[in-house]
Amino acid sequence: MIENIPLSHILIFSTLIFFTGVYGFLTRKNMITMLISIELVLNAVNINFVAINKYMFPEQLEGHFFTLFIIGIAAAEAAVAIALFINLYRNIRSIDVDEVTEMKH
Amino acid sequence: MDSYQFTIWILILPFVAFLVTGVLNGKLSPTISAGISIAAIALVTALSYFTAISYFFLNSAESYEAIQAASVTWLRLTDTLIIDMGIIIDPISAMMLVVISTVSLMVHIYSTGYMKGEDGYARYFTFLSLFSFAMLGLVLATNLMQIYIFWELVGVSSFLLIGYYYKKPTAIAAAKKAFIVTRFADLGFLIGILLLSYYTGTFNFMEITNPEGALISNPIAGTFMGFSVMTWALVLIFIGGAGKSAMFPFHVWLPDAMEGPTPVSALIHAATMVVAGVYLVGRMFSVYALAAPEALEVVAFIGAFTSLFAAVIAIVQTDIKKVLAYSTISQLGYMMLALGISGYGAEAGLGFTASMFHLFTHAFFKALLFLGAGSIIHAVHSNEMKDMGNLRKHLPSTHLTFLIATLAIAGIPPLSGFFSKDEILAAAWQANKLYFAVEYLVAGLTAFYMFRLYFRVFWGQERKYDHIHESPASMTVPLWILAIGAVFAGFLPFSHLVTSDGQPFDTHFHWSIALASVGIALIGILSANALYRKESDKSAKIRASLGGLYVLVDNKFYMDEFYLFVTKKIIFRYITSSAAWFDKHIVDGLMNLIGNVTMAISVRSRNFQSGNVHQYAMVFLTGLLLIVMVYFYFNPN
Amino acid sequence: MNALTIIFYIMAVLMVVFSIMAVTSRKLLRAAIYLLFVLIGVAVFYLAVDYMFLAAVQVVVYMGGILVLIIFSILLTSHLGERLQVVKPTTMLFAAVLSLVSAGVVISVINGFTFITSTFEGDKLTVAHIGQQLLSYDQFGYVLPFEVISILLLAAMIAAIAIAKYKHQGKS
Repeated sequence: MIENIPLSHILIFSTLIFFTGVYGFLTRKNMITMLISIELVLNAVNINFVAINKYMFPEQLEGHFFTLFIIGIAAAEAAVAIALFINLYRNIRSIDVDEVTEMKH
Repeated sequence: MDSYQFTIWILILPFVAFLVTGVLNGKLSPTISAGISIAAIALVTALSYFTAISYFFLNSAESYEAIQAASVTWLRLTDTLIIDMGIIIDPISAMMLVVISTVSLMVHIYSTGYMKGEDGYARYFTFLSLFSFAMLGLVLATNLMQIYIFWELVGVSSFLLIGYYYKKPTAIAAAKKAFIVTRFADLGFLIGILLLSYYTGTFNFMEITNPEGALISNPIAGTFMGFSVMTWALVLIFIGGAGKSAMFPFHVWLPDAMEGPTPVSALIHAATMVVAGVYLVGRMFSVYALAAPEALEVVAFIGAFTSLFAAVIAIVQTDIKKVLAYSTISQLGYMMLALGISGYGAEAGLGFTASMFHLFTHAFFKALLFLGAGSIIHAVHSNEMKDMGNLRKHLPSTHLTFLIATLAIAGIPPLSGFFSKDEILAAAWQANKLYFAVEYLVAGLTAFYMFRLYFRVFWGQERKYDHIHESPASMTVPLWILAIGAVFAGFLPFSHLVTSDGQPFDTHFHWSIALASVGIALIGILSANALYRKESDKSAKIRASLGGLYVLVDNKFYMDEFYLFVTKKIIFRYITSSAAWFDKHIVDGLMNLIGNVTMAISVRSRNFQSGNVHQYAMVFLTGLLLIVMVYFYFNPN
Repeated sequence: MNALTIIFYIMAVLMVVFSIMAVTSRKLLRAAIYLLFVLIGVAVFYLAVDYMFLAAVQVVVYMGGILVLIIFSILLTSHLGERLQVVKPTTMLFAAVLSLVSAGVVISVINGFTFITSTFEGDKLTVAHIGQQLLSYDQFGYVLPFEVISILLLAAMIAAIAIAKYKHQGKS
């Protein structure tokens, strides 16, 4: 159905999303936006898995299942991360990554 | 030997007393602390007398063998080099037990009166117990290492007791001086021990001093600077003994040590600790006599010189305790000389026997003199003779006992000092006429300065005294007990009891020497009588006619100044200050350099560990990118 | 060049734009909404490659779960309309350069690589098939990762509850 799109185009597209996520991670101070950036990175990886699975090894479903698992892990990660953010916010009234210095010294 | 197993209690009791009174200091009332210490030392005295009597008189054997009563292996260095902790019973240690326990008990009892109301009364008795423990351990030691350990313990307790009045700067200085001087001498002792044990492979006295043993029959072959290693080792050990026994040139600490309480001077600096050096040479005597006679010559020379040197200084001292201190040094020189001229064997060992005899009798009369001096100071509140005079009316008991002791030390028959001094002079006559002459002169000087002291204190003019009264019974009773000892100790048949090889022998009474010595003692007494019994300006005239000589003696031949010059001007200024410069600039500089470089690096590298997540991520990504680029640069696809 | 192809390229460009807006927006809630658009795009991509189940999971878990959670936490921890703090301009520039160079390196690698595409035409993927393979312990079975993930999710659930319920002692 999308066979006439070359695989490399899909990969380039996912690469762009990936590095957009990386850029976000490097520049945002708010932890929630950093989490959003990480979700972008994960989605870019998922696209890669699915695309390569579909184009190169359609007889197996490894990419497919890996994507499933990544979504599961992302859910777990987001749940714990957001629990941490809320707890942090309760304690120091901020969720900026630079503000969390209590355990540094 | 099982029969002497109980002697272990001689060491345990004072140690327990020390621990209990020391740990519970402040919890127990001072009276109870003193009571514990006195009870312990009283039991020790009973045990010591029992030991000595059963060893000397209830012994059926012909001669006196050394007995190892107890021994516990403490450190096993090699198969033969073992440090034991044990108890040796032989004639000299049994004799020393009696001396130490008697004097110590008397001093304990005396101190309850003398120290009444002082700050740190309980602390004082704690230290006395520690000292008694250490001194008893010293004489009972079975090996060189054990004796060294107790030797240092004795030094520490001496330090603590001299510095008892720790708020008085002179007392602190005296304590430090005593400790440093004796410690310096102990360095020689330690080197001597190491030398001897290195070559013999043993520390044990029984093996070292055995006349048929390997050490004496095959002396160490090596030589160093013309003398055998054996001589060096024994001379070094003697240096340790000389430090404790205040032999020239280590004598400087003893007069200053008089800053301590007077009973302490009586116990430590007259009767017990200062004879440790004599005891040490006596303990090793067979080695000295048989393997290294050159070392004995050193001992004899130092002893003779010290006895004369100290006697001369004693004449001009005005502090009564200082007179007694120099007298002690002089008498210790006597003992050392007697050891030094002695040979090994029964008859030949007359000097050894005489030395030990004099040690024994001297302990009684010198302790008595110090305690008497303490009683005088207690009444007059001064150490200076110019504050005293005509005291015989006020202090009858002290006067009588002091007179007995003075006569004893002057060598007037039939008091104890006469017999022991006579034996020493007889031994010196047989060995070396020059030494005899010196000792003969010293005997006269002794009589003179002791009676100078006696007359100036108890006769002469009345001074103004506030509330003068005789000391309490707790002080006079020990004086009388020691006076009995000072009178009768001379009648013991010492040549049958304490000899260099354990074989008893008969001494002949040397009438000529005895008469001569009594004669010179009388000359000394009479001249003192003439000069000092009534206050007159005769002594001042003599002093003026002597001029510079008097000044020299009065300043103790400038020995202290000489030491100060050597330490301050030479050692401190040239050696230590350059060492300090090196330490401060080179050693510290190097350390500071290392520290500063580390600091500088860390200040710069600290930024790598900022805790900033962005920075970490950035660095991580940059590194990853670089690795990837390098990889694809080398593996182009 | 059929319609689907054109739609793909348009969507790809849109998703890249939205993702850039998600990471550059100064308003938190907007960033979350831009992320929602990207996630929708990914779901559509899964549909386009015929992975229906995956698309459903993407919608349910990502958009229905994670994104709701994120929006929820945004509402709890920040005020609407608050402008976000950003890092220093130099850091931002460096991050942009780094990301661009990295993307360039990766893209150049992709362009230089020859992908061998398969022409295998399998059956249409059914949920029953996925379920069987997920719980199978044959060669291509995924029962072990499945179990591991389930334990991970359990642990995460407990951890999230524990952390969120924890009351800070002392300082507030």
